[in-house]
Amino acid sequence: MSEITLNIIRIWAGLFIILSFVSVNAIVLVYLERKVAGHIQRRPGPFEVGPHGILQPFADAVKLLGKQLITPCYADAILYWAAPILSFAPVAVCFLPIPAGPDTRVMDINVGVILILAFSGLNVLALCLAGWGSQNKWSLLGAARNIAQSVGYEIPLLLSVMPILMLTGSLDLNTITQNQGVWPWEWYVFKQPLAFIIFFVCALAETNRAPFDLPEAESELTAGFHTEYSGMGFGLFFMSEYTYMIVVCSMTALLFLGGWQGPLAPGWWWFVPKVYGLLLIMMWIRWTFPRVRFDQLLNVSWKWLIPASLLNLLATALVISLCS
Amino acid sequence: MSLIGNDILAGKGDFYSRNFQPTPREDTLILNMGPQHPSTHGVLRVMLEIDGEYIIRAEPVIGYVHRMQEKMGERLDYNQYLPNMARVDYLHPLAWNWAFVGAAEKLMGMQVPERAEYIRIITCELNRISSHLLWWGTYLLDLGAFTPILYAFADREKLADILQRITGSRLTFSLYQIGGCKADMDDRFIRETKEFIEYMRSRFPMYKDLVTDNLILRKRVEGIGGITREECRKYGASGPVVRASGIDYDVRRAEPYSVYDRFEFDCPVYEDGDALARYLVRMQEMEQSLKIIEQALKQLPDGEIMAPKVPKKPKPPAGEVYHAVEGGRGKVGVCLISDGSPVPYRVKLRSPSYSNLSLFPSIAGGTLLADAISILGSLDLIVPEIDR
Repeated sequence: MSEITLNIIRIWAGLFIILSFVSVNAIVLVYLERKVAGHIQRRPGPFEVGPHGILQPFADAVKLLGKQLITPCYADAILYWAAPILSFAPVAVCFLPIPAGPDTRVMDINVGVILILAFSGLNVLALCLAGWGSQNKWSLLGAARNIAQSVGYEIPLLLSVMPILMLTGSLDLNTITQNQGVWPWEWYVFKQPLAFIIFFVCALAETNRAPFDLPEAESELTAGFHTEYSGMGFGLFFMSEYTYMIVVCSMTALLFLGGWQGPLAPGWWWFVPKVYGLLLIMMWIRWTFPRVRFDQLLNVSWKWLIPASLLNLLATALVISLCS
Repeated sequence: MSLIGNDILAGKGDFYSRNFQPTPREDTLILNMGPQHPSTHGVLRVMLEIDGEYIIRAEPVIGYVHRMQEKMGERLDYNQYLPNMARVDYLHPLAWNWAFVGAAEKLMGMQVPERAEYIRIITCELNRISSHLLWWGTYLLDLGAFTPILYAFADREKLADILQRITGSRLTFSLYQIGGCKADMDDRFIRETKEFIEYMRSRFPMYKDLVTDNLILRKRVEGIGGITREECRKYGASGPVVRASGIDYDVRRAEPYSVYDRFEFDCPVYEDGDALARYLVRMQEMEQSLKIIEQALKQLPDGEIMAPKVPKKPKPPAGEVYHAVEGGRGKVGVCLISDGSPVPYRVKLRSPSYSNLSLFPSIAGGTLLADAISILGSLDLIVPEIDR
């Protein structure tokens, strides 16, 4: 067989594995989030369905699957139902270039960073369609918020990735990981602490996680862009949110925390705990802080994060050119 | 915008949506916040005209839980009507209880035994703490912080346990009776109350560190929804809302009732009038309530809890009387008109939430949607009390 055919087979198999991984992960994360929230709030979290409530996510999934799919009477049915699919589909692609270990990845691509950033940007479009197609004023407001937020935070996100790319001179995530050493002090988080903070803040905003969950702020916009969605329409948005969380946490781990690098034996067993550690931090933040206001959110991006990341980029460029 | 807004829905909706008079601007959106909205705490409805996320005009629509409380008062005799008072404001029912029995006692010229006055003060202040705690939790929920409400409810649970011992219920307490109280405090109640005071005092520093001093919270409440003294006076606002605007008006001080004049306590007053000031006033009021309870428990006299010879079916002489007490949300007043029969001729309930809500349209104009929710929450409205 030719190499192209092999590659295609490999990508299809990879996508299949990724989708199963994503679904399993969503279930794990739902359980984890509810348990973390419970323990932060002085209650045990789900406890009834199965021992310590471990079957709760399955019960949730069955409930969501069993719900009737309702299309609001004035909604644009095509856009309305395209949105959740569009929100979830690109996520799978984001996993293709992510190396979980030295040899564990689906697609050897030397522009992995660009691929992930490009495809994760599609989510905005989906949420915009959901807001517009629903014919609901709250959804529309949620979509408007989402667009402004994504545009505002995509820029510092990219600008905080740039110094890493300049340090390694590569867009390949595996090369970036390999350039970081085995020991924690060799990771980029210590060379680029500012970029790390900016990246993680932007990641929170891009995934619409609290305290930046403005597009779906339930106390303000009832449920924001997914107000009208029932059953798996909502379920897909939910899954895509959790999957984007994994994507951005993997990105953070790869770019700043050495990815699969670690003392003794590098491998996926270093990568997965890092990703889950970051996910736990995201949950911790969500259940601790109040929500920021919309103008404050944009102010943080345009007045602080973008200038700071630009300065960081300039400083990095200066240091690199002076050292070489 | 016409696609989603005013064209396809023309002629639909109810009286208020059809007759809402927008400003002459073309590019605005009319939005119904409520009656089913997570942050209107029940069934308050606010019609908003918004430009982007900026509110141009806000108009509350009330009456969704109108239960004819005042009319009921004209059909039932005094003791039959009394438990209804707990349903007017389900978060601070004892204040309403007190306002009604106080008015009836005034009408009948009745003297309440001293121990009963102390029981009333202790339970009413405990109830005030539970009311403020619930406000604290739900307000932060409005601001997007999920966790504090569960901490508030855990504390409130202790209060519900304590008050359940004496009142027999956990939400709509009804303890006071014309001429005294229905039940006396037992040793366990007193011990648990003392323990609660210690416990609650140990909680406040944590709440201050975790919530009050949180930067995001500060940014969400500082300078939001400023109310001037003049506006407060104009709309007859009361309670923490006016004390946050620099008016030192607390019914417990201004028109002392019961034995409040025997206790040392402060009425926290702030000058700023913003949501933060209202927040801080309520947080400090909880501490002051603890102080009052502590003193009351120390001074607690022995004796009867009911005045002698209280008729089963009170028949006050003809006359008109008004009695006000300080509730969790402000001045809770009951105006009773009696024609000498066992049934009141007229009962007028003066609810603080109604007056405080009247402030909302004037302060919500020009703010962001998220701020409007913050303001609405900071006014601490109870919808059944508004509609009665």
